[in-house]
Amino acid sequence: MTSKRSELLLVIAGLVLLLVLPHILYPVFVMKALIAGLFACAFNLMLGYGGLLSFGHAAFFGTAAYAMAHSTKLWGWPFEAGLLLGVAAAAAVGVVMGVLAIRRQGIYFAMITLALSQMLYFLYLQTPFTHGEDGIQSVPRGKALGFIDLSNGLNMYYTLLVVVLAGFWLIWRTVHSPFGQVLKAIRDNEPRATSLGYNVDRYKLLAFILSAALAGLAGALNATVFQLASLNDVTWQHSGEVILMTLLGGVGTILGPVIGGALVVTLQNYLAASGLPVDVVIGLFFIACVLLFRRGLVGEVIAWNERRKGS
Amino acid sequence: MSTEPVLQIRDLEAWYGESHVLHGMEFDVRAGEVVALIGRNGAGKTTTLRAITGIVKKRAGSVKIDGTEAIKLRSDKIAKLGLGYVPEERGIFATLSVRENLLLPPAVKPNGMTEAQIYELFPRLQERARSQGTKLSGGEQQMLAIARVLRTGARLLLLDEPSEGLAPVIVQHIGRIICSLRDQGFTIVLVEQNFRFAATCADRFVVVEHGKVVDQVASADMDAKSGELAAYLGV
Repeated sequence: MTSKRSELLLVIAGLVLLLVLPHILYPVFVMKALIAGLFACAFNLMLGYGGLLSFGHAAFFGTAAYAMAHSTKLWGWPFEAGLLLGVAAAAAVGVVMGVLAIRRQGIYFAMITLALSQMLYFLYLQTPFTHGEDGIQSVPRGKALGFIDLSNGLNMYYTLLVVVLAGFWLIWRTVHSPFGQVLKAIRDNEPRATSLGYNVDRYKLLAFILSAALAGLAGALNATVFQLASLNDVTWQHSGEVILMTLLGGVGTILGPVIGGALVVTLQNYLAASGLPVDVVIGLFFIACVLLFRRGLVGEVIAWNERRKGS
Repeated sequence: MSTEPVLQIRDLEAWYGESHVLHGMEFDVRAGEVVALIGRNGAGKTTTLRAITGIVKKRAGSVKIDGTEAIKLRSDKIAKLGLGYVPEERGIFATLSVRENLLLPPAVKPNGMTEAQIYELFPRLQERARSQGTKLSGGEQQMLAIARVLRTGARLLLLDEPSEGLAPVIVQHIGRIICSLRDQGFTIVLVEQNFRFAATCADRFVVVEHGKVVDQVASADMDAKSGELAAYLGV
């Protein structure tokens, strides 16, 4: 009972923190961290619960960003419609990529997803609607629900917070649903899950599409907050970054990727001003984490807590 | 009782990569029977079960379950024909609790056992319901592995070495459970090294050597043939 209560307290403390954070820190920075957290969480659905490492998640993020930017800027769609289109577009790319990749495992799965996302990158580089290297700039933020003016920083922040929390909630629900149980069973012992009568490919495909859609949600939000959808969103480096965030925070934990995402964004932000080579420092940090905390930061805390309870 | 076998195996061959393991297995199992596959290590008993369930993918010949040809089907489709497989390594899902493991399997046929019926058969599992799967003892894991397939409604059970590595008292308990399942009308194919354990509830012994059936002995003829069986098993 006490662990339930402490969990609840932790959630409430987290929510209060998120509510006051934009008054302490620069709101755009917090939004960037939240988007990174959602993106990593979506990715973790596949790696942590499906046991499959995708090296192409930037494709979903970027596709949704372009869909959001194009629909709101050129077609004048409202914020919510753009968001839905972004998510749908990412899910559609997820269907195609998933169908092609899901029967493979391990390194083959990673390579196929990487190859397909690179194809999409070159497609976006060439197609006129993305404006190539320039990207789609000055995307209007518009109004949420028709009356919340998102050009105001705090309005944008709280709207984004609601959407991101809804995304987290959906991931949490999925992981704790019977569907999530089957996913964990497949990750633990795929042949056993199959011989019990589960069509594991179908479960993995559904998880992949859901993961793609949620990565798309992060991408669409990103385009609105930064008023930009660019090729950067679709690069393989971006796919690599989300792997890094997830591993740093803790694979297969709900909170881990969020912490990992926030951490990487924080490092990028503060190192950029320091004049140090950002990527090198993050790389060193990553090596240190892998050597010292194999389970990721949150994973280590959970393991420590279980050891403490056990003794 | 129908005379059509629940499981009919003809000319079953199977390969692990290049290595040819089964060379034309043939045997039938009728409804309500308990059949024990016996033979030395490496004879192909486990592979036979894995070929029936489709876990070994490279296979040929014919496996009919309730008259349906299963040799070309995927593992999950074969399970849906009403087949429950308990592998030697038990395959408990490590990150799920006992209860989650128990509730996980899909219903492949109607009238699978309810949770209450399972706990009646395995009271120990109810006591451990919240424990994580991997924290169970070997005997408890075996009970959970059997209980899990009973939930699915499968009436044909394949059990691979259910007595392996367990304390004698647990082996007896598992033996009683297998006998009680037979009494409830389940059809069971058992792979066993522990001949004495198999003898407690098997109706028939199928002797496997070099990936083939070399003899079949009804339990009634056991005494007369015990010398031959000992020779097959090398004991």
